[in-house]
Amino acid sequence: MTQTSTAPVASGSSAPPPRGRERAGRLARWVPWACFAGAAVLVGLLWPVLDLNIALVVLYTVVLGTLAVYALARAVEGPRRATDRLVTCLVVSAFGVAMVPLFSLVWEVVSRGIERLDVEFFSYSLVGIIGEGGGAYHAILGTLVITALTTLISVPIGLMTAIFLVEYATGRLKRAITFLVDVMTGIPSIVAGLFAYALFALFLGPGIRLGIIGAVALSVLMIPVVVRSAEEVLKLVPNELREASYALGVPKWRTIVKVVIPTAIAGLGTGVTLAIARVVGETAPLLITLGITNATNLDPFEGRMATLPVFAYYQLTQPGVPPEFATDRAWTAALVLIMLVMGLNVVARLISRFFAPKTGR
Amino acid sequence: MAKRIDVSDLDIYYGNFLAVEGVNVSIEPRSITALIGPSGCGKSTFLRSLNRMHEVIPGARVEGKVVMDGVDLYGSDVDPVDVRRQVGMVFQRPNPFPTMSIYDNVAAGMRLNSKKMRKSELDDLVERSLRGANLWNEVKDRLDRPGAGLSGGQQQRLCIARAIAVEPDVLLMDEPCSALDPISTLAIEDLMTELKERFTIVIVTHNMQQAARVSEQTGFFNLSGVGQPGRLIEFNPTEKIFSNPDQKATEDYISGRFG
Repeated sequence: MTQTSTAPVASGSSAPPPRGRERAGRLARWVPWACFAGAAVLVGLLWPVLDLNIALVVLYTVVLGTLAVYALARAVEGPRRATDRLVTCLVVSAFGVAMVPLFSLVWEVVSRGIERLDVEFFSYSLVGIIGEGGGAYHAILGTLVITALTTLISVPIGLMTAIFLVEYATGRLKRAITFLVDVMTGIPSIVAGLFAYALFALFLGPGIRLGIIGAVALSVLMIPVVVRSAEEVLKLVPNELREASYALGVPKWRTIVKVVIPTAIAGLGTGVTLAIARVVGETAPLLITLGITNATNLDPFEGRMATLPVFAYYQLTQPGVPPEFATDRAWTAALVLIMLVMGLNVVARLISRFFAPKTGR
Repeated sequence: MAKRIDVSDLDIYYGNFLAVEGVNVSIEPRSITALIGPSGCGKSTFLRSLNRMHEVIPGARVEGKVVMDGVDLYGSDVDPVDVRRQVGMVFQRPNPFPTMSIYDNVAAGMRLNSKKMRKSELDDLVERSLRGANLWNEVKDRLDRPGAGLSGGQQQRLCIARAIAVEPDVLLMDEPCSALDPISTLAIEDLMTELKERFTIVIVTHNMQQAARVSEQTGFFNLSGVGQPGRLIEFNPTEKIFSNPDQKATEDYISGRFG
């Protein structure tokens, strides 16, 4: 793992003894791997005897292997390098543990969702579907409409708030707004949904379900994310650029529009895209505000709308008889949702790559 | 072009902290005026008060008069943006706009102020400014490349070109050579001597040889102690300052006997 290839120099008798007892020997590159292989074989032999399951086998192998590497290194290389190897093993194990849920989730969703990832899924709604077939055309389009509407509401408000905070606000007002934005970041999504629903129910009567309510609810969640990320990015714009612009006799607002924002555009784009990715999978607020429908409805100001997360939820909880077709559709909806979020993350990366200020070097 | 500046009883504050006290000075047109003094004595602060850049810092304010051509720059009906169009500034660190090409950087003063100009006029202006900053021959083949790709000395000359492109009357330079090597410094000093035919130049510098080489007038700022306001100790022709200063403190500072 981490070892430098420099061979230890045979220390002359006049050299002062190093702190701790260093030994001249070094473990060969393959030795740690061999330790883990040996541990695996040993645990494998014990498997029938001890009645283990796969998770325990992996755990025992890692623990045994780590101990073996540590003991060997301590005997051959001395305590300092042995500690290095021990910590390396621990860090790599921690990384492995962190990767387990990710891979397990992706594997599960892909393996179950791939079955219905067909043309029909993308081109049919659920109108008149009982049992087999049908798709999430209406839910995919619904998600896109709602997300676009949310972005349209959140991005101007969020960006302008961030610009106000960075460029204009001072003292108590600035602290108050920053505090409120922080509080907003912590609002549970269901509360945002209830807020938007209650707001519209006041005017339009109870039991109302509209796309725009969902967009408002999601905006409550998205605005603070946009503000925070935009604020951080705008703060990164060097003050010297603002001063250079002022010194040319450019008014402040023009400096912001023509110098500050273009300099920060890559970061702003990335922040907005990641904020979209954050809300596109929200379920709870949409459950309250949009409801679900089987037909395609693209008008956010008229009637219920389907969205992917809510679609997946209903397909799974109310699958009908027999349940397996609806369950398959739910998994595929989840897969499409993950692909959507992943696509947005890729877009964010591309934005930050292409719009970054060029140095020409 | 090239206007005279008269400063009288100027006090400069950061919030409640008096940073520079009681400056009285006349800056001659078509000449270079150098400001020297130890760090923190208020040279840069004074310089920034000459084009109202000081008040960009929250809480910063100024009392007293800065009269340019009969107009008090701090008069209540004067727009600071207009002042900055007449009094250009070059900063310590080269700061070309990273999103713009070399061409756009020079044209920035015009573009950002959305002055309508024909393409050919703008081309002329850019070429004239770059020639004025002795940079034209080095960049004429790559005007569309990013300004940040130039070397430090070239970037600083690009910033000077950008500043003179808006055709100010006065050019303020805040330690323009402190981030540059001796050769680039020489290029900029030569440039200053050319520019003083057209502009009033005020330069802050830590390099006393530089002040002695380029300037006609020199002002020495000093502060009596930490937390005390900086003062203009002496303002005289450069030759006199460097050979026979009126004040003991000036002589100590110039000869290096000062702390």
